[in-house]
Amino acid sequence: MAITTVSRTDVRQAVSQANRKRRGRRFGRAGGYAGRIVLAVFFLFPIVFMLVSSLKPDDQIFADLSSPKAFLPVGHVSLDNYRKVFDTVPAWRFLANSIAISLITVILGVAVNSLAAFAISRMRWRGRTFVLAAIIATLVVPFETFALPLVWWVNKLPWLVIQGGVPRWTFGWLDTYRVQIIPFVANAFSIYLYYSYFSTIPKELDEAARVDGAGWFRIYRSIVMPLAGPATATVAILTFLPAWNQFLWPLMVVQTENDRPVMVGLEYFFQLNVAWGPMMAYATLITIPVLALFLSFQRAFIGSIASSGVKG
Amino acid sequence: MTQQIAVAPPARVEPPPEPATRGRRRRRAERAEARAARTFVAPAAVLLTVFFFVPVLLCFALAFTNARLISPHGPQFVGLDNFTRLFSDPLFWRSLRNTVFFSAVVVPLQSGFALVLALLINAQIPGVNFFRTVYFLPVVTSIVVVSILWTFMYQKDGLVNHLLQAASFNAIQGADWLNNPSTAMPAIIFMSIWQAVGFHMVIWLAGLQTIPGDLYEAAELDGATTWKRFRFVTWPGLRATRTFILVTITIAALSLFAQIKVMTNGGPLDSTSTVVFQAVRAGYEQQQTAYASAISLVFFVLVLMVSLVQRYLTRDKD
Repeated sequence: MAITTVSRTDVRQAVSQANRKRRGRRFGRAGGYAGRIVLAVFFLFPIVFMLVSSLKPDDQIFADLSSPKAFLPVGHVSLDNYRKVFDTVPAWRFLANSIAISLITVILGVAVNSLAAFAISRMRWRGRTFVLAAIIATLVVPFETFALPLVWWVNKLPWLVIQGGVPRWTFGWLDTYRVQIIPFVANAFSIYLYYSYFSTIPKELDEAARVDGAGWFRIYRSIVMPLAGPATATVAILTFLPAWNQFLWPLMVVQTENDRPVMVGLEYFFQLNVAWGPMMAYATLITIPVLALFLSFQRAFIGSIASSGVKG
Repeated sequence: MTQQIAVAPPARVEPPPEPATRGRRRRRAERAEARAARTFVAPAAVLLTVFFFVPVLLCFALAFTNARLISPHGPQFVGLDNFTRLFSDPLFWRSLRNTVFFSAVVVPLQSGFALVLALLINAQIPGVNFFRTVYFLPVVTSIVVVSILWTFMYQKDGLVNHLLQAASFNAIQGADWLNNPSTAMPAIIFMSIWQAVGFHMVIWLAGLQTIPGDLYEAAELDGATTWKRFRFVTWPGLRATRTFILVTITIAALSLFAQIKVMTNGGPLDSTSTVVFQAVRAGYEQQQTAYASAISLVFFVLVLMVSLVQRYLTRDKD
């Protein structure tokens, strides 16, 4: 009987060892929390500072800098800075432009890229592997390498307009909505994401539908797409964020105030050398929609970023 | 017709003329399938051709011409003129040096810091979702917003210096961060890491979660210390993630532009000018598309070289 050979001292020793281990772990855990909280403060404090400063007049902001009040909405708190933003620049227009541009890019992007991925992953045709290889090859080239030739190129592209009932070609896409949307609709990474998601959906579903007489587009629309919700969420988020944050591209191709998106509008506002309070108000104004989206769809946001790691 | 075949009893023997028509029918169905597939791919293929492949080729072609953004004449071939001009421009070398410096500092710091954060939020403790959300917040904040916010904080009498004074009991007075050639780039580096590190934290985290838990249990049974568990279980399990993170951070760092444009405009004394910033200045502000294409081409070669070298260094050695 092994149990009877265990002496009291052995037991006591074992218990105290376990206690020590647990206590050590508890200290480790408290330390771990302290570290994590310090890091949370490090990532949060500039954002809190921005939100709080957007509510204060400049002299109040600077007076509060040397005390914790810099991070608290106290003192002369008002929405005056926001009023100042709308008095100085057409901020609503910039916001409306960005919302329209990002939504249209997302909708067209989901349609065009999923359709292409459907054909590549589920249909048999010659040239399929070549097209897939060409799409994957585009993944390694950053936008900055061809952005400048692209400016020259879009300035030459044609567009069909109807003037007084007569269709007519015009040239040059600068200062339009379409130049901010159409170049970013087809996206190799979105195609790739859909492609890998589609290959997890059983092909027997397509075959059964074909036997029932469904056409390819019907299979795409009524069978495969409804099952690809997570892929669509990922593609939507990964298209929306860069579209909303676009800066380099609209800076170069949009000069007119009417077509300007929020980020270029912010930089323009910054160049006007207005007070810091209104600057922070504008910055808050264009950050809140994205923050709200992120906080409500957190899991999907983080999941979509995580899945962008699969391409390595 | 397909329905007829579907309901036909499986044992039925086809009459002799059937196979020929069936073959023809199948061929017709295959052709229809290929036609449908090409129609589905067409929008994406056309868009990628017009807005990716053509501009990339244009970058190569225009770099050897005198093309201007707006010009009555078409581009003319000028040979290597743009490159001789580029390589004899001290500002270009300065920008290249700044870009390489930025990347050389950001790549190890940001990937290491991101890994530490990922390990911290991979723990099974309550409240971990909160920390993950907070560490990730700057990533969803636009880089333009972040740049303006930190320009404000980096002022001589700004928040950063006040915090430094408070933390050091007035021992550190701080600097005029963005207006001093020796502190401007480090200040931008610090801010860039603050903004982007959450992105790579999430990618590390996805990599960490692919490592099976029983490996850790086995290591613990063998009495492996925390460090040994990291060294012999975690690190080898992150090989693929590591390559991906290195390549993406490097490419993002080499493309540095928005922060520079908003915060310093390349100054003070060109100490923060970068390759992409130079390309934009030449191609957009001075409308010299050809010269900008030459700069872009150099940038392209740089990116290509770096990712090839990294892929080679982190290749599967088995």
